[in-house]
Parts: sequence; structure tokens; C-alpha cells
Amino acid sequence: MKDDDKGVALTPEQTRRRRARNIAIGLALAALVLLFYLMTLFKLGGSVAERAI
Amino acid sequence: MSFVSENVTSSSPAVEPSRGEVRDFVALLKPRVMSLVVFTALVGMAIAPGNMHPGLAAIALLCIAVGAGASGALNMWWDADIDAVMLRTRGRPVPAGRVTPGEALAFGLFLSGFSVVMLGLVANLASAALLAFTIFFYAVIYTMWLKRWTTQNIVIGGAAGAFPPMIGWAVVTGSVSLESILLFLIIFFWTPPHFWALALIKSDDYTRAGVPMLPCVAGPAETRRQILLYSALLVVLGVGPFFMGFGGIAYGITSAGFGVVFLLLAWRVFRRTEGDEATTAARQLFAFSILYLFVLFAVLLGEAGFSAVGLK
Repeated sequence: MKDDDKGVALTPEQTRRRRARNIAIGLALAALVLLFYLMTLFKLGGSVAERAI
Repeated sequence: MSFVSENVTSSSPAVEPSRGEVRDFVALLKPRVMSLVVFTALVGMAIAPGNMHPGLAAIALLCIAVGAGASGALNMWWDADIDAVMLRTRGRPVPAGRVTPGEALAFGLFLSGFSVVMLGLVANLASAALLAFTIFFYAVIYTMWLKRWTTQNIVIGGAAGAFPPMIGWAVVTGSVSLESILLFLIIFFWTPPHFWALALIKSDDYTRAGVPMLPCVAGPAETRRQILLYSALLVVLGVGPFFMGFGGIAYGITSAGFGVVFLLLAWRVFRRTEGDEATTAARQLFAFSILYLFVLFAVLLGEAGFSAVGLK
């Protein structure tokens, strides 16, 4: 018996909802990456150019 | 390996697949309440002295919104039993069975932690601490304790909804001041007449759920008296920003005018105690109270905007 055979069966509707949730989580994670990137840029501002060389 | 198969028809009741749609999780955040929180927090940020990068301000506002949403999810997790018997709330995701209580709890806890940490990183510790306290106050003090215990539930619990402008102010200044306390007090004293006007109309719903709202316990007459008292206090506090100097002439005139209308409507609720007239009076006060708060804060925001571009 395969491992997959032990699981819970999803109806097509449940599969669709799970896929939608997964996409939403993926988008939220991508938004988080963008958020941290922007936050770093805003926090650094022009100061990054003023460092001693 | 996968724990969930799409090919096999056997199912285990112990591992019930989630039935939630994305929109159910959005509903857990109480978007309408969230919009009021965002708006009042924005006003707190706009009128606070000091400068902040607009991008950082936007992220801070997002954190406050997510924190408010998280407390909404925790509220829906705890209150699923009473939400199920109230007409107004029985379609919510948890009582309707679309989201499990565990999912709502995990969602609320994760977003609470996330919003507080993010706000601490993007703004300062004071605002993050205030946001954490607000979530705690709404989810634990109000939802778990006061709501089912005392007729003063929404009076004290209303503080949770009154904190956002104070958080907004703290985001910019890193502190709490008299101005932000006054904004807090305006929303704090606005909450009882607003909710009790609704409770007068929906008292059957609250009675069925066993929630000790003032009209269900003390009766409509006492509720009407207290609505009038709180309205009088609110109207006095409402003009406070003008006398404290952070509300301009436009604010002074608007708050006084809208305050008079608020008092008149509260007086009508007090006087009209029977039949359709009473229901209409309560409904009108409820609707006007939303407009009152929105307009007062919008004028403050407008004045801050004009001031920022040098037109004041």
C-alpha cells in the first residue's frame, strides 16, 4: 500500500478550496518579502550613502 | 509523502479537512471594524507632531490593521457559541462551520504576534506595546471576561476600539500625550450610545444569546437614560480638540454642530419609548453616531492635511 492511500479523501470542492488557500498563503508570503524589502529601504533612506568609505 | 489523498475515498473523522475559503479567513478579520480602526489610527498619525517616512507610516498602519483583524479572529474563536444563536452573527465562519475553532485561534494568534513584532520593527516599542495591549484587552478582557459578565461590557470593552488613534500617535511620537488621550476618550464615550442604540433594537438577539447587554438586564428605560448621559459627555469631549488647539475652526464648528444633532437624537431616544417611533429614534441615533465619529475624525485629518501643505 502506498503512503498516499492512508490519507483523507478530498472532494473536488475541498481540493479547490485548499488550492485557493495555498495561493493566498503564497501571495501573503510574497507580500511579506516585499514588505521587509521596502521597510529596509525606507529605514536606510539616504543614510546608506553617508557611510565612511 | 502526503497526508491527504485526492484518490482514495476512505476518510478519518479525526483529520477533518479544512472547509474554509479565503474569504472566510478575511471575514474573521472583521473588515468593517478594521476600516474604522485604520481610519482613526491614520488620524492619530496625521495630527501627531513629528515626521515619519510615508512608506513606514503606511506599513505601520498595515500592522495596526492586521492587529485589529487578529483580535477580531480571536473574538470569533471564543464567541462562536453565542454567535451561533444570534441572527446577526450566525453566518460567521466559525458558527457556520466553514472554519474550525482551531483554525480561527491559530490565525488570530499568528497575526497578533506578527503585527506587534512588525510594528515594533517599523515604528517603536511604545506603539507595539500599545497594540499588544489593545489585542489583549479586546480578546481577553472584553471577549472572554466582560462581555458575558456585566452590563458595562461595551463601556469598558469600548476602550479596545478607542486605542487606535493613540497607537497612531505613538507610532509617530513614541509616546502618549494629552491629545491622544482625548481622542481615546472621544471614541470611548462614543461607544456606549452607539452600541446601546443598536442593542435597543436587537435586544431579543442578545437575550437569546445570554449576553447581559444593558437593555436586556436593566431595561430599555435605564438604557435610554444612560445613552443620554454618555451622549452629553461625548458632545463635551467632542469639542475638546478645538479648545486644546489641535482642532481648528472647521473642527470646532463641525464638532459643535454635529454634537447638537447627536444630543437631539439622544433626547428623542430618551423621550420616545414605545412602538415604531422608539425603534426609529434608536435606529437614527445608531446611524448618526457612525457619521458623527467619521466626520469629526475626517475634519481633523483634513485640517492636518491642509496644515501639512501650508494652507492653514
